[in-house]
Amino acid sequence: MTATAQRLDATVPDAKTATPARRRRAILPTEGHPSVRPPAAAHLSDEQVATMAVELDAIRDGILASRGSHDAAYIRRVIKTQRTLELAGRASLVFASFPPAWIAGVGMLSVAKIIENMEIGHNVLHGQWDWMRDPDIHSTTWEWDFVTPAASWKHTHNDLHHVWTNVVGKDRDVGYNILRISEDQVWRPWNLGNPLYNALLAPIFEWGIAVYDLELDEVAAGNKTKTELRRDLRAMGKKVARQFGKDYLATPLVAALTGSFVPALVGTLTANAIRNVWAHAVIFCGHFPEGADTFTEDMIDGETRGDWYVRQMIGSANISGSKAIHFMTGNLSHQIEHHLFPDLPSNRYAEVAPQVREICSRYGLPYNTGPMWKQVGSTWGKIFRLALPPKGHFAKA
Amino acid sequence: MPEVEIRRPFCCEYRYMARFSPLTRMAQVFTTPHSPEDFLRLVNPLSSSRQLRGIVTEVIPETEDSATIRFHPGRGWHAHEAGQWARIGVEIDGVRQWRSYSLTTAGGEDPAITVTAIGAISEALVRNTKPGDVLFLAPPQGDFVLPEHPRPLLMITAGSGLTPVMSMIRTLVRRRADADVQLLHSSRTLDGSLFRDELQELADLDHGLTVKHWITSEQGRIDLSGTKDLDAAVPDWRERATYVCGPTEMINEAEALWKAAAREHQLVIERFAPVILPGAGGAGGHVTFEKSDKEVDADGDTTLLEAGEDVGVVMPSGCRMGICQSCLVPLVAGQVRDLRTGEVHGEEGQLVQTCVSTAAGPVHLDV
Repeated sequence: MTATAQRLDATVPDAKTATPARRRRAILPTEGHPSVRPPAAAHLSDEQVATMAVELDAIRDGILASRGSHDAAYIRRVIKTQRTLELAGRASLVFASFPPAWIAGVGMLSVAKIIENMEIGHNVLHGQWDWMRDPDIHSTTWEWDFVTPAASWKHTHNDLHHVWTNVVGKDRDVGYNILRISEDQVWRPWNLGNPLYNALLAPIFEWGIAVYDLELDEVAAGNKTKTELRRDLRAMGKKVARQFGKDYLATPLVAALTGSFVPALVGTLTANAIRNVWAHAVIFCGHFPEGADTFTEDMIDGETRGDWYVRQMIGSANISGSKAIHFMTGNLSHQIEHHLFPDLPSNRYAEVAPQVREICSRYGLPYNTGPMWKQVGSTWGKIFRLALPPKGHFAKA
Repeated sequence: MPEVEIRRPFCCEYRYMARFSPLTRMAQVFTTPHSPEDFLRLVNPLSSSRQLRGIVTEVIPETEDSATIRFHPGRGWHAHEAGQWARIGVEIDGVRQWRSYSLTTAGGEDPAITVTAIGAISEALVRNTKPGDVLFLAPPQGDFVLPEHPRPLLMITAGSGLTPVMSMIRTLVRRRADADVQLLHSSRTLDGSLFRDELQELADLDHGLTVKHWITSEQGRIDLSGTKDLDAAVPDWRERATYVCGPTEMINEAEALWKAAAREHQLVIERFAPVILPGAGGAGGHVTFEKSDKEVDADGDTTLLEAGEDVGVVMPSGCRMGICQSCLVPLVAGQVRDLRTGEVHGEEGQLVQTCVSTAAGPVHLDV
C-alpha cells in the first residue's frame, strides 16, 4: 500500500528531504481496487464496493445529523453514575476489614473502573464526544484511570490500529508483539508459550498496554528516537506514580483509620485485576476470534474507501448479548460498527448495527458475531492452535 | 450586545480558572486522573477545574423578544466594570455555543445579560433559559468603560447597543451626585425599546440623567453623517465625552463626525457586529496560523494540515484521513470545507480536522 505508506511517513518531519511541491489529497480514492481483494470479498466488483461505501457513508451521515442533546445527556449520565460508583466503592473499602464492605467496595470499584475505561475513556479519547465542544468531555483534555497516558494510547490506537486494522506488520495490535494470533505471522519456537503469555497478560493487561504504547520495538528498529522514548517514559512514570498513589497508598491509608489497610489494599488490587481481565477479554474479542481476517501490506495497496470499509468489517468481530453486556464492554461489542465509524458516539452503535448487518448480508460479506463465551472461547482456541507451527513448517525448513 | 468580534476557542479558557487550594491539591490524590472538582460536580453544578460556570438565578422578560438573565457565577469570575462584556456559552442540541453579551447590571454587582432574540443562540437564551440552568462563562473584559474622572457624558445607542450603556447608567445615577449623562437611544418603536420604564424612573429622579428616545419607525435613522440631528438633540455634544454603541454604519459615521470636529479623543466606541471575512467561497483561501505567525494561500485541494506543514508550522497530525482526531486545531475565524462531505462550516472555537479540511475563504487557525 504505497500510497498510504507515504501518507503515514509524511507525519514524521524529515529535514533532509525537501517538501514535495504538491501532496496528494488526504482521503482514500473512491474508485479502483486494492491489489488483492481479500477472499471474503473477492466476489465483489469495484462498482459494488463503491456503492456499498456510499451506503455506509449514508448511515454515518444519518447519525451525525441526529446527534443532539439526547446523546449529550447520555454521556453525562454515564459519567455521573461512574463517579458516584467510584466514590461509593472507595468509601466502602475504608471499612474493608468488614467482609460485606470489602465485597461491595471491590464490586463497585471494579464496575466503576470498567465503565471509566471502556464506555467513557476509550470512546471520549476517540473523539466520539468532541462535537459537544465541552472541555470536560473532550479527546484533547481527557485522561483515564489506566496506567498508560491517554496521549500515548491515542497514538498507537487511533492513528495506527484504526487505520491499519489487522494489517500484519503495520497494525501492532495484531498479537501486541507477544502473541501469535494470525496465520500471517511467522511461527517461532517461543510462540509455543502463546496460551501461557495470554493467561499471564490478562490480570495485568493495563501494564501490557502501557509497555506496548512505549513502542520499544519501534525504538529498536530506529523508527522512534531515544529522546521520544525518554519523553514517553517520563509521562508514563508520572502517571504510574499517581495511579499507585491513589489505589495502593491513599485509599489504604484512609482505611487504616478503621484498621483496614491491608484488606483495602487487596481490594484495590483486586478491582484493578478484575478490570484488567474484563478489558483483556473484551478487547481480544474485537479482532481475534476465528473468522476475523488479517491482511498483508501488499494486499491493500491501492485500497479505496469502500475496501477500507470491507477490511474493517471482515477484520472485526462483535459480541451479541444484553444491553448490560453492550454497556459494560463500552459498546466494543459493536466492534464492527466501531471500526467502520470510530468517531460516532458509542450509544448510537446499537441502532447502526442492524443496518450494517443488512448491508453485509446483501453484499455476501461475513458479519462475525456471537455471545461472549463463544467469542472468548474462539479467541483462546486460536491462541492455542497458533502456538503450534503450521503444517509442513519443518518440512519446508 | 449580540456578538462581539473577539472570539476565542475553548482551549484558552482554562487560564481563567482560579488557582487550586492546597486542600483541593490533596484531594486530587484520591481523584486522579480527574480533578476533585469533577467529583464535587456531583453535588455542585458550578464545580469545574476547566470551565467557569454560572447558575441562572432569575429570568425577567423585557420586551416581546428580549429577556434579562441574572446569574450567579462560580469561582474564577471577577466583578465586571460597567460597560464590559463576557462570553456566555449555552448548549443547543448538545453542542456548546458561545456568544458575547454586555453585562447590564451596575459594575461590581452580580451579573446579568439582556438578550434580544436574534440568531439561534440568543433565541435559545431568551426562550429556553430558566432559573437553575447552568451557563458557561468567560470572565468579563472590554475597554468600553467609564472614564476615571467624572465629566459630562453623552451616550448614543441603538437597539441592543443600549446594554453596556445601561450598566454605566445604573452605576452612575443614584450613586454619583455629580452625574451628568445624556442618553440618546434609537429604537424602532417606543414600546419595543429596552429598559424604557427603568430609564424613565431614573430620569425622573433628577439625578443627572436625561433620556431622549429616537424612534426610527417615525423619524428614520439618526443621521450622523452631518451634525444636524445631533445639534438638535444634544446641542452641547462637543463638550461631552461620548460613548457610541450600535450598528457598524452608526459607529463609522460617528468616528468620521468626531474626527471632523477634532473631538476624536472624546469618543469611545463599541462595535457589536460579527466580523465577516470577505471572500468566503469554495476555492481555497488565505490561511493564517496565528500562534506560529505564518500565512499561506492554499487552494481548494490543499488541506489545512498540508498548507501548515508546507510553511513549516508544527501541525499536530495523525492518520491524515479523518479518523483519529489527532490533528484538531481550533478555528479562530473563517470557514472551512470538509473534503469528505463538501460541507462548508466554521464556528467560533470549533476544533477543525485539518487533515480533511480545506480553506473556504480566509481562515484563521489557533496554532
